[in-house]
Amino acid sequence: MRDVAVIGVGMTKWGELWDKSLRNLFVESALLAIEDAGVEKIDSMVVGCMSSGLFTGQEHLASLLSDYLGRNPIPAARVESACSSGGLAFRQGFLEVASGMSDVVLVGGVEKMTDVTGCEATFALGTAADQEYEGYHGLTFPGLYAMMAVAHMDRYGTTRDQLSMVAAKNHDNGSKNPLAQYPFKVSVEAVNKSVLVADPLRILDCSPITDGAAAVILCPLEAARKAKKPAVRIAGSGHATDTIALASRADLAWLESTRLAADKALAMAGRKVEDMDLFEVHDCFTIAEIMVTEALGLVERGRGGRAVEDGLTALGGKFPVNPSGGLKAKGHPVGATGVAQVVEVVKQLRGEAGERQVKGAERGLTQNMGGTGGSALVHIFEAG
Amino acid sequence: MSGIVGYGASIPRNRIKVEEIAKVWGADAPSYKRGLMLEEKSVPSPDQDTITMSVEASRNALKRAGIDPAEIGAVYVGSESHPYAVKPSGTVLAEALGATPAVHTADLEFACKAGTEGMFIALNLVRSGAVKFGLAVGADTSQGAPGDALEYSAAAGAASFIFGREGLVAEALDTFSYTTDTPDFWRREYMHYPRHGGRFTGDPAYFRHVTGAARGIMDKAKMKPADFDYVIFHQPNGKFPLRVGEMLGFERRQIEPGWLVPKLGNTYSGSSPLGLTATLDIAKPGHMILLVSYGSGAGSDSFIFRVTERIEEVRDLAPKTRDLLDNNKVYLDYGVYVKFRRKIRKAE
Amino acid sequence: MPTPSRYWREIPQRYRLEGEKCKGCGRIAFPPRPVCPGCGGREFEAVKLAESGRLLTYTVIRVAPEGYEDQSPYAVGIAELDDGARLTAQVVDCDFADLKVGLRVRLEFRKIHEEGEAGVIHYGYKFVPA
Repeated sequence: MRDVAVIGVGMTKWGELWDKSLRNLFVESALLAIEDAGVEKIDSMVVGCMSSGLFTGQEHLASLLSDYLGRNPIPAARVESACSSGGLAFRQGFLEVASGMSDVVLVGGVEKMTDVTGCEATFALGTAADQEYEGYHGLTFPGLYAMMAVAHMDRYGTTRDQLSMVAAKNHDNGSKNPLAQYPFKVSVEAVNKSVLVADPLRILDCSPITDGAAAVILCPLEAARKAKKPAVRIAGSGHATDTIALASRADLAWLESTRLAADKALAMAGRKVEDMDLFEVHDCFTIAEIMVTEALGLVERGRGGRAVEDGLTALGGKFPVNPSGGLKAKGHPVGATGVAQVVEVVKQLRGEAGERQVKGAERGLTQNMGGTGGSALVHIFEAG
Repeated sequence: MSGIVGYGASIPRNRIKVEEIAKVWGADAPSYKRGLMLEEKSVPSPDQDTITMSVEASRNALKRAGIDPAEIGAVYVGSESHPYAVKPSGTVLAEALGATPAVHTADLEFACKAGTEGMFIALNLVRSGAVKFGLAVGADTSQGAPGDALEYSAAAGAASFIFGREGLVAEALDTFSYTTDTPDFWRREYMHYPRHGGRFTGDPAYFRHVTGAARGIMDKAKMKPADFDYVIFHQPNGKFPLRVGEMLGFERRQIEPGWLVPKLGNTYSGSSPLGLTATLDIAKPGHMILLVSYGSGAGSDSFIFRVTERIEEVRDLAPKTRDLLDNNKVYLDYGVYVKFRRKIRKAE
Repeated sequence: MPTPSRYWREIPQRYRLEGEKCKGCGRIAFPPRPVCPGCGGREFEAVKLAESGRLLTYTVIRVAPEGYEDQSPYAVGIAELDDGARLTAQVVDCDFADLKVGLRVRLEFRKIHEEGEAGVIHYGYKFVPA
C-alpha cells in the first residue's frame, strides 16, 4: 500500500440553505476542493450520504453527482453508514489510492435535510437505529443518547453542567468558524435552561438539522509534494463495527467501536493518542463527545465529564477537541460531517485555521461514528 | 362436570370523578352521584384497548388455570369496542396467548352482554366435548357522548374465563338466556357514540330481561334467591343492580362483593363478568353464585356456578379484582380524559 | 407506510417474547437470529424471555418521531430481564420522577402504535413498574 495525502479541501457554508439543492451543495464543495488542490483530472469519486432517498427521494446518488459535476464517465460510488457515511467515504477513497487503483480521488460528503419536515427528518435519522426493536418502541436518536447519558451519569457521576460545558466550548470554537451554522457563543446556563428533548438531553445538547457539503481530494504522497498547498499525509485509518441496538451493547456507557477503530488507526500510524495535537470528534450530542474522549484514551474511562470541566479539551487545552465548533456549532449534515472533520484537520495542519488555529499543529485525529456507535471511523493525519 | 378452570381481570389505573365531568358541562354533580350511585369510573390509557385488556385478563386467567395455552381450543372476545370494525380481536388474543393455530376464534357483540355470550359458547363447547378448554373474555373501552348521561359511567375493563372439565374452580351447573328485540340502546354503523331511549332503558329493557333470565334459571334449577351465596347483575349504574336484586328477593349482602360499579363505572361487556371475578376472589368452596348479564337490544344470559375446593389454591396466583380497582389509581382532569378518549378534533 | 408483513413477521417476538438460547454458549438472543452474537454458533433452542427485570437506563422522549406524537411525552428504557436478556421498551404507568436505574419492572401487553386512523394497529410489550 502506498502513502496517501490530502491535497485539496472545500466546504460550503452550513445551515438551513433553502436556495440550495443537494446537487448544488455537492458540486459547490467539490469545485472548491478541486480548485484548492489545483488538479484537473479526477480518476474516481466516493460520496458519503446517509439518506438522499428519505430526505429528497433520490437514489443512484453517486452517478447523479458525477453527472452534475461534469465528470462522467468516472467511477462513482455512494457509501452509507448512517452518521459516519462521510468518514466511511473517506476511508474508501483512501483505500482506492493506497491500493494503486486510482491516483486522484474526490471524496465528498453531503446531506440535504431541510426538504422534509422536522418530524420526517427525525424519522430519517432514526433509521440508523434498530427499526424493529428500538424505532418500533418510539425511540429517537436523542432518546438513545439520552439513555447512554443516564447510564454514564449514574455510573460515573457525570453532571448536567459538564454536558452543557461541551456545548459551550464547541460554540466558543464555532464562533470563530465563518462556515459554521451557528457561529455564536452559547452559555452553560443557556444550555441548562433550553427545552428538554429526551431527558436529560436538552435542545442545546443536540447537533442541529443542517444542509451542507464538504469535499477533499486525495492522491499518492509522492505526487502531493508537487501540489499547490502543503500536503497532509493520511498516517492511519481504522474502522470498526458494533451492535446496532443499544440494548445489545456490552456496556451502555462505552463506545467500543471508537476504541477499536482508534487502536487500528494509531497502530497503522505508529503513534499514541497523546501525540495528536487536535481532535475532530463526533459530538452529535454533548454526551457523545464526553464518551468519545474516554474511548480515544484522552482520559480514563468515566472521566470525560471532568475533562471538559477542567478545560483539557478546550482550544487552548492539552487535547483540543472540535476546534471547528464540532457538530454542535458547525452543524451536522449527516453524510458530510465525516468529510468536514478532515477539512478542518487539514486546514489546521496547514496553518489555515485563522482565529481557531491550534498553535503548531502537526498531527490530527478525526473520529466519525454512526448511530449509537454501531460504526466508527478514525483517521490520523500528519503534516508533510 | 364442566366449569371455570381459571379467571382473571384487567382494569386500567386511570380514573375520572363525576365532579370533574359535571364541572365542564354545568351539571349538578351530587344529583348525578345520587341518581347513578356512582363516584368515579375507569379510563383506559391511550395504549390500552379491548385487545390489550383482553390479553392481560386472559394471562391472569391462565395463571390460575395452570394449563398449556396450546390446549385452548376456542377463544372468544365479546365487546362493543373492538379496535377494528373488520379484523378480529380474538386472533390477536389467541396469538398472544399461544393458542394458535389449532383454535377456533370469534369476536362477539351484543351491547353489554357480549362477554357472557362468549362464556355461554365456550362452556357449551367444553360440555359437548368439542374442545378441551375454551376461553371467553368480556372487555370494553366504552364511549359516552360528551355531555350525555352515559359519559359519567362509560368505563373500561376486561374479565376472562377459561372453561374446561378438569381443575375446576367453579362448576357451571346451569345456563338460561332470555332474549327479545327491544331497541333500548344502539349505535348505527359509522356513528361515534351510542344513543339510548332514556327511561325506556329501565323497565322494558334492563329489568324485564334481567328478571326474565333470573326467574327462568331459578325455575329451571328449582332454586330460590336464598339458595345463593352471591348474585351478580349487570351494572350500568349503581342503582339498577340493587333495585333488580330487591325485586327478585335478593339481599344486599349477596350483591355487594360483585357490585363494582360505584368506583369502576360501567365496563359494558366486562360489567357482570368483572363482578364475577371479584366474587370468585372471595367466595369459599361450596358457595353458589348466580350471574345475570344484560345487553341492550336486548337479552340476558344467566349462569349458576358452584365454587370448588381448588379456588383456594389458585386465587392468589394473579391480581385480585378489588386490588386492581382500589390500588395504584391516577385521577385525570377532563382535558386529559378527552385527549385519552380521542374526543378532540385534530388537524386533518 | 410499512406493509403488514413487516409487522406480522415479528409477532412471535412482539406478542410472546420468543427468543432463542445458543446451545454453545447459553447466550439468549432476542429477536432470534441465525448466528449467535456471542460465540458464532448456529444451533439454538427456542426460549421465552423472562417477564420481569430491572432498568439499566431510561429516558423521557419529549420530541417524538412521526406517528408517536400523540403519546409524547413517554418514557423508554432498557431492562435486563431476570434471565439475563436485555430488552428495549416504553415504560408506562410510572411517574417520570420515579424512573431510576435499577427500577424493577414487568412486561405488559399494550398498543404500541397505529398506522394512522385507517392503518394496522401495532401491539407489543411495555414495561410497568413491578
